[in-house]
Amino acid sequence: MDTVLKVRELAVDFKTDIGLTHALVDVGFDMPRGKVTAIVGESGSGKSVTANCIMRLVQPPGRIVGGRIDFAPESMDPFEIVSLGKRDPRLQELRGGLISMVFQEPMTALSPVYTVGNQVAEAILCHRKVGRRQAWKEAAEMLERVGIGDIDRRIKMYPFEFSGGMRQRVVIAMALVCHPEVLICDEPTTALDVTVQAEILTLIRNLQQELNNSVLFITHDIGVVAQLADQVVVMYQGRVLEIGTVRQVLKDPMHPYTKGLLAAIPGLAPKGQPLATIASVVGDTDIARPYPLVTLGDGRQVSLPREQVPGAIV
Amino acid sequence: MSESAADGTLLEVERLSKFFDGVPAVEDVSFDVQRSETLGIVGESGSGKTTLVRAILRAIDPDQGVVRFLSSGGWVELQDMTAKELIPLRREMQMIFQDPFASLNPRMTVRQIIEEPLIIHQAGTASERLEAVRDMLAHVQLEEDSLTRYPHAFSGGQRQRIGIARALILRPNLVVCDESVSALDVSVQAQIINLLEDLQNELGLTYLFVAHDLSVVQHICDRVLVMHRGRVVESGTVDEIFDAPKENYTRLLLSAVPSPDPDVPLKPLDRRELGL
Repeated sequence: MDTVLKVRELAVDFKTDIGLTHALVDVGFDMPRGKVTAIVGESGSGKSVTANCIMRLVQPPGRIVGGRIDFAPESMDPFEIVSLGKRDPRLQELRGGLISMVFQEPMTALSPVYTVGNQVAEAILCHRKVGRRQAWKEAAEMLERVGIGDIDRRIKMYPFEFSGGMRQRVVIAMALVCHPEVLICDEPTTALDVTVQAEILTLIRNLQQELNNSVLFITHDIGVVAQLADQVVVMYQGRVLEIGTVRQVLKDPMHPYTKGLLAAIPGLAPKGQPLATIASVVGDTDIARPYPLVTLGDGRQVSLPREQVPGAIV
Repeated sequence: MSESAADGTLLEVERLSKFFDGVPAVEDVSFDVQRSETLGIVGESGSGKTTLVRAILRAIDPDQGVVRFLSSGGWVELQDMTAKELIPLRREMQMIFQDPFASLNPRMTVRQIIEEPLIIHQAGTASERLEAVRDMLAHVQLEEDSLTRYPHAFSGGQRQRIGIARALILRPNLVVCDESVSALDVSVQAQIINLLEDLQNELGLTYLFVAHDLSVVQHICDRVLVMHRGRVVESGTVDEIFDAPKENYTRLLLSAVPSPDPDVPLKPLDRRELGL
């Protein structure tokens, strides 16, 4: 399998008043090139911290205390991300160039005092040696590509003049304008109406197929995972519990926590009956205890004691 | 008393409108709510869901229309009552909010938060109030040692339980849940939905359930109102709305929900093609 990002034994600690919190413990997964990998989990599971590690955006009191992230871009020699020095030019190239990010809240990701054209063009000017005129031309093209019409007028408008969905389109244009090999989307549709979410999901999916880039999609919404992902990584309390294709994980989950997460979705439960909760599905199984991932013959991985996994090969 | 009120009707809303600077936020909305049912109100942001329920509860004043409520003292029309006249009725209509972090006073203990409505309405002696608070705490499945602690010591789901206890301590008939489970993780959301359903059965509550998450509405509601641009465009039982929507706007909303089954592809309808 052609892998664009390999995360291994990644560990992040946060220093708090009551001691060290282990935000990530031994996190490992592969991101296949040209596919959509979804990280799914609840708050505190470490999904956003994992994304921030890839961009090297973990801020104090958080610190990467171990592990490696091997990045194999097509346009450069492969390198390891965790050990990059702060002044390493590859770090600047990585952020916004090779890998870029779409955040949850478009109004926070955009500056209120610059026009949208200015902000998209700035992303180009930061990473490539082109003139302003060329940068604005490419910005306009990218904004049109993400579905913003009437571009001559809109490119000179400010974010506050846009709706939430249109703002998120601008953020996506900013993220894609330098043709990143990896696009990280951190809950990009959580703040949006369901109708607008459907438009943005369709846009991300279509652009991914056109551009053939690799997408890391972080979400808590199983419906979004089902519609977008090729591969799924399930996280819980800073650990990876299960990895598999979208059908393996959603149609035939192996880990009790994944089963609980799916059973708790109101849309799938029979009406008139109480919803299953994680606790009711997991029962007495101790899901807080870490087990190393066990690999099965069909390629999926699950964090369970070996003897409980029929068909374990590694 | 209203002639049209059937035995089981708790609330009747007739041609209710609310304007902000001349722009209609809620326009000409009529519906009724039966005792012990859960009526869902769905729609996109800006469709007027929250304005509607706030106008019903007189958190804001409606501009036109009638709101009839069957109080313990008989039928009353809420829209013209003075703030003073409304005070005794506030015991019977309560609200559970969306954000369990913003809706609890961080400087009050859990006991003070839950007890405050009883003090405001001068209900019972101090020992009776404490007994009621303890009882309510058990109803929402919180430990008794929670009483002396502050909201910051609790998780989102636990805080929502505190908010529910505060809303229910006066034993209201009508409870408005405004996106009460939207901010919660799916596993916690499942617990709170189950709790709301249990409490409805135990206490005979009637819910007005405002939500944008259609799968939650499908699970918890008996009937649904679909709002678009301040108007109710469609109403019916959950099965009617979800299985056989009549209006294009309802179809648009339903088509936008991503299925958790990867073999059911997302095919959102186009707003423009539907003429919306």
